[in-house]
Amino acid sequence: MTTPPANQDPDIATLAKLDRDPKESPLHKPARHESGYAHVSGDARYVDDLPPPAGMLVAMPIGSPVARGRITRRDGSAARTSPGIRGVYFADDLPAERYIGPVIHDEPLLAIDTIDTVGQLVALIVGDSLAACRAAAKLLEIDYEELPAILSIDDAIAADSYLGEPHRIRRGDAETALARASVRVNGEVRVGAQDHFYLETQASLAIPGEADEMLVYSSTQHPTEVQSLVAAGLGISRNQVVVRVPRMGGGFGGKESQAAPFAVLAAIAARDLRRPVKIWLNRDQDMVMTGKRHPFLARFDAGLDNDGRIIAAKIEIFAEGGWSLDLSTPILDRAMFHLDNAYYIPELDFYGAVTRTNKSSNTAFRGFGGPQGMVVIETILSRASERLGVDPAEIRARNFYREGQRTPYDQELTDVRLQRIHDELLASSDYAERRAEIAAFNGSSEHVRRGISFQPVKFGISFTNSMLNQAGALVLVYTDGSVQVNHGGTEMGQGLHTKMQAIAAHELGVQTASIRVMTTATDKVPNTSATAASSGSDLNGAAVREACETIRERLRPVAADLLEIADPEALVFVGGEVRHPPTGVSIAFREVVNTAWVRQVSLSATGYYSTPNIHYDRALGRGKPFHYFAYGGAVCEVEVHALTGEHRLLRVDILHDAGKSLVPTIDRGQVEGGFVQGLGWLTCEEVLWDRSGKLLTHGPSTYKIPAVGDLPPDDHFRVELLSRADQESVVHGSKAVGEPPFMLAIGVVTALRQAIATWGSPGREVALALPATPEAILRAIEDLRSPAADLAAAAE
Amino acid sequence: MTTVRFLLNDRPIEAVGVSPTTTLLGYLRASGWTGTKEGCAEGDCGACTVAIVDAEAPGGPRFRAVNSCLVLLPMVQGQRVYTVEGLRRGGAYHPVQEALVDALGSQCGYCTPGVVMSMFEACYRGDLDKPWKLDDQMCGNLCRCTGYRPIRSATVTIAGRRPSDSFSGALAEPAGDRGFRSEHPGAVFITPTREAELWEALAEHPAAKFICGGTDLSLAVTKRFEELPEVISLEGLADLRRIERTDGGGWRFGATALLADIEAATEGELVPLHRMLRYFASRQIKNRATIGGNLCNASPIGDIAPVLLALDAELELRSAGGSRFVGVDHFFLGYRKTALSPGEILASISIPPIPAGARASAYKVSKRRELDISAVAAAFFVELGPAGEVTTIRAGYGGVAATPARARHFEAALEGKPWNRSSVEAAILTLHDDFTPLDDHRGSAWYRRTVAANLARGFFLETEEDDHPDLPDRPSGTVAVEVSR
Repeated sequence: MTTPPANQDPDIATLAKLDRDPKESPLHKPARHESGYAHVSGDARYVDDLPPPAGMLVAMPIGSPVARGRITRRDGSAARTSPGIRGVYFADDLPAERYIGPVIHDEPLLAIDTIDTVGQLVALIVGDSLAACRAAAKLLEIDYEELPAILSIDDAIAADSYLGEPHRIRRGDAETALARASVRVNGEVRVGAQDHFYLETQASLAIPGEADEMLVYSSTQHPTEVQSLVAAGLGISRNQVVVRVPRMGGGFGGKESQAAPFAVLAAIAARDLRRPVKIWLNRDQDMVMTGKRHPFLARFDAGLDNDGRIIAAKIEIFAEGGWSLDLSTPILDRAMFHLDNAYYIPELDFYGAVTRTNKSSNTAFRGFGGPQGMVVIETILSRASERLGVDPAEIRARNFYREGQRTPYDQELTDVRLQRIHDELLASSDYAERRAEIAAFNGSSEHVRRGISFQPVKFGISFTNSMLNQAGALVLVYTDGSVQVNHGGTEMGQGLHTKMQAIAAHELGVQTASIRVMTTATDKVPNTSATAASSGSDLNGAAVREACETIRERLRPVAADLLEIADPEALVFVGGEVRHPPTGVSIAFREVVNTAWVRQVSLSATGYYSTPNIHYDRALGRGKPFHYFAYGGAVCEVEVHALTGEHRLLRVDILHDAGKSLVPTIDRGQVEGGFVQGLGWLTCEEVLWDRSGKLLTHGPSTYKIPAVGDLPPDDHFRVELLSRADQESVVHGSKAVGEPPFMLAIGVVTALRQAIATWGSPGREVALALPATPEAILRAIEDLRSPAADLAAAAE
Repeated sequence: MTTVRFLLNDRPIEAVGVSPTTTLLGYLRASGWTGTKEGCAEGDCGACTVAIVDAEAPGGPRFRAVNSCLVLLPMVQGQRVYTVEGLRRGGAYHPVQEALVDALGSQCGYCTPGVVMSMFEACYRGDLDKPWKLDDQMCGNLCRCTGYRPIRSATVTIAGRRPSDSFSGALAEPAGDRGFRSEHPGAVFITPTREAELWEALAEHPAAKFICGGTDLSLAVTKRFEELPEVISLEGLADLRRIERTDGGGWRFGATALLADIEAATEGELVPLHRMLRYFASRQIKNRATIGGNLCNASPIGDIAPVLLALDAELELRSAGGSRFVGVDHFFLGYRKTALSPGEILASISIPPIPAGARASAYKVSKRRELDISAVAAAFFVELGPAGEVTTIRAGYGGVAATPARARHFEAALEGKPWNRSSVEAAILTLHDDFTPLDDHRGSAWYRRTVAANLARGFFLETEEDDHPDLPDRPSGTVAVEVSR
């Protein structure tokens, strides 16, 4: 490994230059994270860090120990009289709406009579301290009658146990087309769950106010939903509830719907006891009680020609929804929409359903079903390439979508960037040369082999529930020229506030330091959508821009007047000044603002944006669900050990399409972080339950997310953003970037397969289970080496 | 309830009326120092990392990044503790803070305080001379957002910079007195500073549990919410942490020698042990965990034991009446049971010199390479006679039985045989008589069996060219059989 010299990072050099000249527009330029200094100094406050309001109590939710059953008796009287206990709540103690849920209200906030999962909330204990709550929990008397549980997708299919409506997308006559294919690849692929493992666990603090007023601090991606569910849970109108989100210590989808029950319970206890109540889950509680990325089972039958071009595919996918619907339907839909990934499938028949099992309710997680869909087509292509002996990168490129082709759901593709990314990335990563080197290496190494892959990604951007694609902003300018920006998005680390700051500074022509992005709050911007679906900067950015433009255009005549010029349209707002390039005169922004106030010009404005022209008919399986697509590509190289099944990532080159990046340093961080999260899902993160449905992996000692050493050395983890990549009709030509890079990590699996395949005879397919743990890899190698497998292959 | 006195960010703190099992993290957060976060309460995420001055470290005083979730408050009696809030001085950010902000090494920021404190230790370390040591330094800080590239890049820029500032000045301050005594019934915590006090305390509290770094025992408090009614800490006994070379090139490790110190001392010197320590827990854990603690908790997956079994270590068990010595292969009596009698402590571990020409190595396989518990660990020692026949062989395994254990059948099958591939293959067939591993979330019985055999193969392959093969900078597997690059 060569250690990079200090500060060689070009972004860091640019940051220093911008520090020296803060008068340029910060848009499309590197920037530090908006909260960077607060993070590194410990100043940044999360919900659990807020100074406790006077009289604050803490609450501990009690989860069911059984996966399925009935509550036959519950008695909280001993717990209620335990020292330091202020309240014990069961379902019967709930004051109003007893069910919650993001799409339909199918989850009892506290179990009413039936139990559907281990960890289902059964009771809430409120006391002076968590120690008091824990002591009282031992005194709770709850009897369960245990019933047989459904604990896998297969069991659910056998028991006809489903949630919601299935989804079907068809084109042409897949059956007939398959019959004429010269190569058939069929079988199944399974992907497991993934815990979000946000470093900050779920947390809510509810503070009762006068009469019905309730202020809730919540670590949530969806303050509006928390607001509406708190209002429903208390039986009050939404205007009585204010939800604030200071920031989240990571979300990744896990706080889109699943922050709500804890916020609602805190509010109910706070209302009942007339004291502030905080619920903070420890890691084990969080992992047991909250849902994960959906496991999927896919069964497929694909036909290809001898060159590896896909002719047709029949694919059935089954998502494991867990015990309640949550967001499983749109997650299934997105999986369906990404079964094609980057490849044109002429004739197809896709079917998808959500199974209901007695496990925690699976939920949104970066990619939202997209990764699970893509893994299917990537498995098909990998198996076909192994069978045909075609280079895995080559078989992928042969199947790329071309301009004007239509997706399975009939959306026409324009501005397809796949070929360009492929060509640029294969050249910049020296793919061909390294492929040859690897072949030579593998030929001379008995126990260690290498593989290399190219992974393209095409990811649809928009909430697939079209109405959610809207956002608002409220911008306030003060007479000293400083600015507050409120928008509907939440900050979970993804850098949304940094981007909003750059957009506002650009539109108003002020320095970044003059823009303060405010705590997200439902009393500033109402009726917001979740910060999800990678949409945060597209939607909120456009709304912030509109609000800033409104104010800037009100200021323009004032500035023209002050500068005594006749062509206000020639004025440029930049770097804290309003300049008139034709004459060279300028005036400070703050002077213009102050004069505007004197002249009674409004210095606040709202902005609003909705994505135009998107729609989808789920019954027909046809429509235009996405405003556009984000593209990316990765070349991954791995080394695999046949003695232990261990592997290491040797090098990763990524070329990602973030449009004309709003803030390139932030986007690079999303690409790197997304890739590594995907790497974890596919290689080391294994969520395991015992036979009674209890989670075995409920802490980082047993659930392993990637650590620093799992990365290639710095100079071998190369991320570039696609140049000349303006995206039409998105704010400042940018593209959404939160989720798409996650799926680039599928390339690691392809590279592993290639390395593993070298231990088998040519034409043998690799059977690699996911996640590709050392054990899974060793099994795949042993499988290829076993003579029985060779005999079976010969017989085929 | 008791009072603990220490220095927090250079200010004297008197924590009055606290339970001795209050964690440092719990105390900090309850006192308004909320910069330090709880991410897991099991020492596996690093969000709670703080730095403590180890004034009596071998080689001189140094900062140690530690997991404050596993530090019980009496353990910091008389110590200097720094948290993320203490690094900004006079309005100026510390170089590690600047470096992390410039690299965009924080996204959500929740792991960041811990990352900063691990970088802080790195900044004042003078021994980060190899790239893998940076990963070792930072592997105890999980980050879910950044993918680590910017964190590593920022760490590279500040590692070993050792600025002369108020922090380096603090290292020169005299060590505080660690002695601590809380005698409240049900809340006994005693830190003797002289051995005589230890025996007295033990006589008064024969049922007391011993603690040192607390990286295992503290979990009873933080994860299982149990009480620890009587605890005696061995941390105050400076003699017990000494690391010495013995006559002829052997080693003696005091039982409370920190794994971090042993790792540093054995680099290039006692390669099999050092190899195991490279992938043994995180820096924060190694900064607190002791070699004796790893042995005395007698876990089947304690990774030190297989190495000591292979190297034929001898343990000194000491009581008020004196010392007795047992071979490490007689120390583990059963699942979490040892040969220690009541009133006895493990005092030191001696490793005899490795004779010239003997081959030895150690391996560990886990789901994640760093900071993970092994599915299988193994260590081997082989000495050959003049005709190339095996005269001595010891194979220590972990993770495949109720205790770490020697593979006696395997050893017997090789005894007297020529050291070649076919003897090893024949001996491997006997491993199933030695061990019947279990299925669990770390690996199936099949995997453990297969890997146990493959590690023996790997040892043979690895030692064909080098008697004590070391790991390359970035090994892709525990067995270093890569073709050299």
